[in-house]
Amino acid sequence: MENLSSLFVKSIFVDNMIFAYFLGMCSFLAVSKNVKTAFGLGVAVTFVQVMTLPVNYLLENYVLKPNVLIDGVDLSFLSFIVFIAVIAGIVQLVEMVVEKFTPALYASLGIFLPLIAVNCAIMGGSLFMQQRNFTSISEASVFAVGSGLGFLVAIVGLAAIREKMAYSHVPAPLKGLGITFIVVGLMAMAFMCFSGLKV
Amino acid sequence: MKSLFSAKNKEVIVGPLSLNNPITVQVLGICSSLAVTAKLEPAIVMGMSVTIIVAISNVIISFMRNTIPVRIRIIVQLVVVATLVTVVSQFLKAFAYDVSVQLSVYVGLIITNCILMGRLEAFAMSNRPWESFLDGLGNGFGYALILVIVAFFRELLGSGSLLGFHVIPASVYESGYVNNGLMVMPPMALIILAIIIWAHRTKVKQLQDN
Repeated sequence: MENLSSLFVKSIFVDNMIFAYFLGMCSFLAVSKNVKTAFGLGVAVTFVQVMTLPVNYLLENYVLKPNVLIDGVDLSFLSFIVFIAVIAGIVQLVEMVVEKFTPALYASLGIFLPLIAVNCAIMGGSLFMQQRNFTSISEASVFAVGSGLGFLVAIVGLAAIREKMAYSHVPAPLKGLGITFIVVGLMAMAFMCFSGLKV
Repeated sequence: MKSLFSAKNKEVIVGPLSLNNPITVQVLGICSSLAVTAKLEPAIVMGMSVTIIVAISNVIISFMRNTIPVRIRIIVQLVVVATLVTVVSQFLKAFAYDVSVQLSVYVGLIITNCILMGRLEAFAMSNRPWESFLDGLGNGFGYALILVIVAFFRELLGSGSLLGFHVIPASVYESGYVNNGLMVMPPMALIILAIIIWAHRTKVKQLQDN
């Protein structure tokens, strides 16, 4: 149990998807102009992450790994295609649910909901799962929740800073993208303080 | 032959190097560009891989553009890209194992690299194969260019070497110079990219936000 809680805290703060691995930067930069939309995207990413990672874990361990499906057959070279197909399918599902039940959120997320399918944080989560050899499905699920929440914390934090920054005087060439990168860099430095954290 | 290299096609391939750069202007493909740039060698390999994959997938999607149903186009595009990435990843594992270990998950993440989906959606779906090929090459080069610039500074200032060779002489270290360890950590990638954007936009005024 200790192992799981440590994995959970680490995946939020130490191995933060954004600040340590730069995954999901595209939507992170594009949707962080106000806190409400950012929160919506963060929740959507966490949700999709939690749905896809355990599914991909099962596929990885019971279909793709050498000798698990049929003796002597190694399907691991198919993992990229299988993972992305699962993710694209689940995103399609989430899109339909969100459109039906919360049209306001659907309208504000706009193009970024279908693009969660190509959000690096989701695919990255599955690839890290493969690389780190999680031993049980509960580990994979805890990692999914943690990394999703890490993305949520990061994007809401950046959106809050950018809302305040609208009133500050920034040199013209740095306006927009440039200053945002510097802010994210400083946030990443702050998050480096968590490294070595033991729970 | 003349029409193959018309002024418009030249614009398609030169534009992404500066005015329409995928990273600094279109803000696509940031994830991998920051993560693989601590050293020059993986950055170059990554730039080449992405260029090849964008160019080929652009051509394939462009050939199929009239037969793909609109509703499932993203899945079709993803499958094409995932197949190409699998091929490149296996190729790297076979012929450049060390680099493929350094790149770790980021090779697989080329699938979700926004440059690919962005160019497929914005260009290949509505243009002929040859133009799409040029567009893919141009955007790949634009991406690789930024990667190499960022990696150059990070490796030079962070490890004092370029492509693994030490370039800062020992006498400089003896006089008190030390490598900036922060350069190889993630935050400085963001800040160097910010400085590149700053310099770029100071020079090219039309890119500045109002």
